[in-house]
Amino acid sequence: MSTAPKTAAPAAGRAATKKELPEHFKAYKHVWVFIEQERGQVHPVSWELMGAGRKLADKLKVDLAAVVIGPEGEATQSAAAEAFCYGADLVYMVADNLLTDYRNESYTKALTDVVNTYKPEILLLGATTLGRDLAGSVATTLLTGLTADCTELDVDADGSLAATRPTFGGSLLCTIYTLNYRPQMATVRPRVMPMPERVVRPVGRIVSHPLGLVEDDIVTKVLSFLPDRDSAKSNLAYADVVVAGGLGLGSPENFQLVRQLATVLGAEYGCSRPLVQKGWITSDRQIGQTGKTIRPKLYIAAGISGAIQHRVGVEGADLIVAINTDRNAPIFDFAHMGIVADAIRLLPALTAAFRARLSPHSRDRIAS
Amino acid sequence: MHIVVCIKQVPDSAQIRVHPVTNTIMRQGVPTIINPYDLFALEAALELRDQFGGEVTVLTMGPPSAEDSLRKALTFGADRAVLLTDRFFAGADTLATTYALATAIRKISTEFGAPDLVFTGKQTIDGDTAQVGPGIAKRLGLLQLTYVAKISALDLQARTIDAERRSEGGVQLLRTRLPCLVTMLEATNQIRRGAMADALRAARAPIVKWSAQDAGVEDISKCGLRGSPTIVKRVFAPAARSEKAVLIESGEQPAEALIDAIFKRQPALETELAALARGY
Ligand SMILES: Cc1cc2nc3c(=O)[nH]c(=O)nc-3n(C[C@H](O)[C@H](O)[C@H](O)COP(=O)(O)OP(=O)(O)OC[C@H]3O[C@@H](n4cnc5c(N)ncnc54)[C@H](O)[C@@H]3O)c2cc1C
Ligand SMILES: Nc1ncnc2c1ncn2[C@@H]1O[C@H](COP(=O)(O)O)[C@@H](O)[C@H]1O
Repeated sequence: MSTAPKTAAPAAGRAATKKELPEHFKAYKHVWVFIEQERGQVHPVSWELMGAGRKLADKLKVDLAAVVIGPEGEATQSAAAEAFCYGADLVYMVADNLLTDYRNESYTKALTDVVNTYKPEILLLGATTLGRDLAGSVATTLLTGLTADCTELDVDADGSLAATRPTFGGSLLCTIYTLNYRPQMATVRPRVMPMPERVVRPVGRIVSHPLGLVEDDIVTKVLSFLPDRDSAKSNLAYADVVVAGGLGLGSPENFQLVRQLATVLGAEYGCSRPLVQKGWITSDRQIGQTGKTIRPKLYIAAGISGAIQHRVGVEGADLIVAINTDRNAPIFDFAHMGIVADAIRLLPALTAAFRARLSPHSRDRIAS
Repeated sequence: MHIVVCIKQVPDSAQIRVHPVTNTIMRQGVPTIINPYDLFALEAALELRDQFGGEVTVLTMGPPSAEDSLRKALTFGADRAVLLTDRFFAGADTLATTYALATAIRKISTEFGAPDLVFTGKQTIDGDTAQVGPGIAKRLGLLQLTYVAKISALDLQARTIDAERRSEGGVQLLRTRLPCLVTMLEATNQIRRGAMADALRAARAPIVKWSAQDAGVEDISKCGLRGSPTIVKRVFAPAARSEKAVLIESGEQPAEALIDAIFKRQPALETELAALARGY
């Protein structure tokens, strides 16, 4: 993965270094997506990547394969079966009970071995704590390039993966190529790519590969696992409606107004980064480049200026509504709809008005 | 005990501006800071040293001016600072960066004693990849613990470390063997202010400066731009949306006006919201 380029100038210079792909890499074909499974659950980012991977594979006229790694048994089998419903042409599977918990050593071995044996041209992983842990180890083992946290994936005219990612805190975007090494690896954060449609399909070809380890080979042991309490776990990234507040709210007490509107809408609440830094809100609620990426149907931002680092986390929303006292706030440049108003007064009015509009009673009245 | 902490000097990106015409970063006058996540790593290392004894070496690869960050780290209480600087390192991507840093850590090992632990931050705010830590671990054959929120136990006799690692659905408590590499999450351990004695020492302390050759780099083609499998083809500013937001006039009943506008634009939302709201 490239660190941030210093300026645009050397970037152009770099483009001139293109060479012919070494002979031994020519056997690398097809697009692969690593299916991330933890404790029997497939992370949705894997299916989002299958959507992106399908497009790349179609453009390159190659196969799309899913790589499913996990313990023997039901969960791993059904992850493989699901992969076909999300567009896989085939599945590579490493199923072994030593893979019950994610551990860097065993998963790196499993994925590296499958790559070396079946040689993909492109390998995509989710930029989650698991995916980033694994991708860094695999790419270094294979001595290939890895572009982290991409926001756009495409193949250019000569078939190279063009991976675009934000740099310098999102102020700029850069497109990165891995020209002379294979596979071309990239990670993408959850919710950056849209969720593809699931189409019921029969289970196709599954290629099993052995792990080839015994427990004594793996140094790291999982002593325990403390699942996040459901109440503590926000579903912010996958919520359909999100209401967020920023510094414009002025005080932590006023943030209540955001929570109240969220409750009436059955929405999740979020915030801009300064509120986390001030300790008003916990970090799992932060939206943006260094927080969560969201893709709701409706996003309401109150008292948020719309800095680029915030913007990159919300651009996938279907409808962005901004409330800001400053008519020139940058958020009005990318929101679909806005109102120049004091959020501290408007939020309670919105909460009341939505409550009236959405309550079952008002509907009953209309129905009768 | 010997701990090596990798820190990076980064531009304070809160203050970065992009030139509107040329799309280049305007670095002039942008102050540099120690990558914020690396300070959590440094503090964690200093706490372990205070508890178990030993030394903390800070290491950075960067331009000569990165010396400032190392001095800062010394004022916080680091015992030794190593600056890896050479024009051959310029333009490195993560693979080339990990080659250089791993080489330097080997050299540190022979010069100052083998590290029991290597710390890095979770990620940088300029490169922002979170890959350098795992890359160094792989190159040095170290075990790795990433996204560590807390080191819960260290046993120097048994050579084991227990740590809480953030995973997607919860926290894994892991035990692994030393030496190992830890990438630290942002935590509550704010960097200490540093003692007066350390500040005085830091001002005069010698900084170990190594070129690629000094550090023992054997293959210069694995460094910098030449050693980077990825190339940056294009740098550009995010596209502006063609239309600006439709501004709702905040008349008598701004809330109602806004809701009407929302439902007018996305009629399906009204039933969806009603269904969501009923869930409460
Ligand atoms: C490396 C890096 C990463 C970052 N990552 C993120 C990230 O992930 N997420 C993120 O959000 N930020 C991030 N930031 C910070 C970002 O640059 C901005 O500083 C931040 O988003 C600003 O937050 P804000 O909009 O709440 O505050 P401000 O920029 O201070 O804006 C407050 C807004 O509220 C308006 N306002 C004031 N009073 C009222 C009122 N009564 N009613 C309505 N509006 C009012 C003002 O007009 C103003 O537009 C990052 C920065 C850096 C350097
Ligand atoms: N040039 C460098 N010098 C020293 N440490 C670095 C350097 N680049 C990255 N690191 C370390 O690796 C971590 C992850 O960086 P990154 O992969 O760029 O997000 C950082 O938090 C640092 O601890």
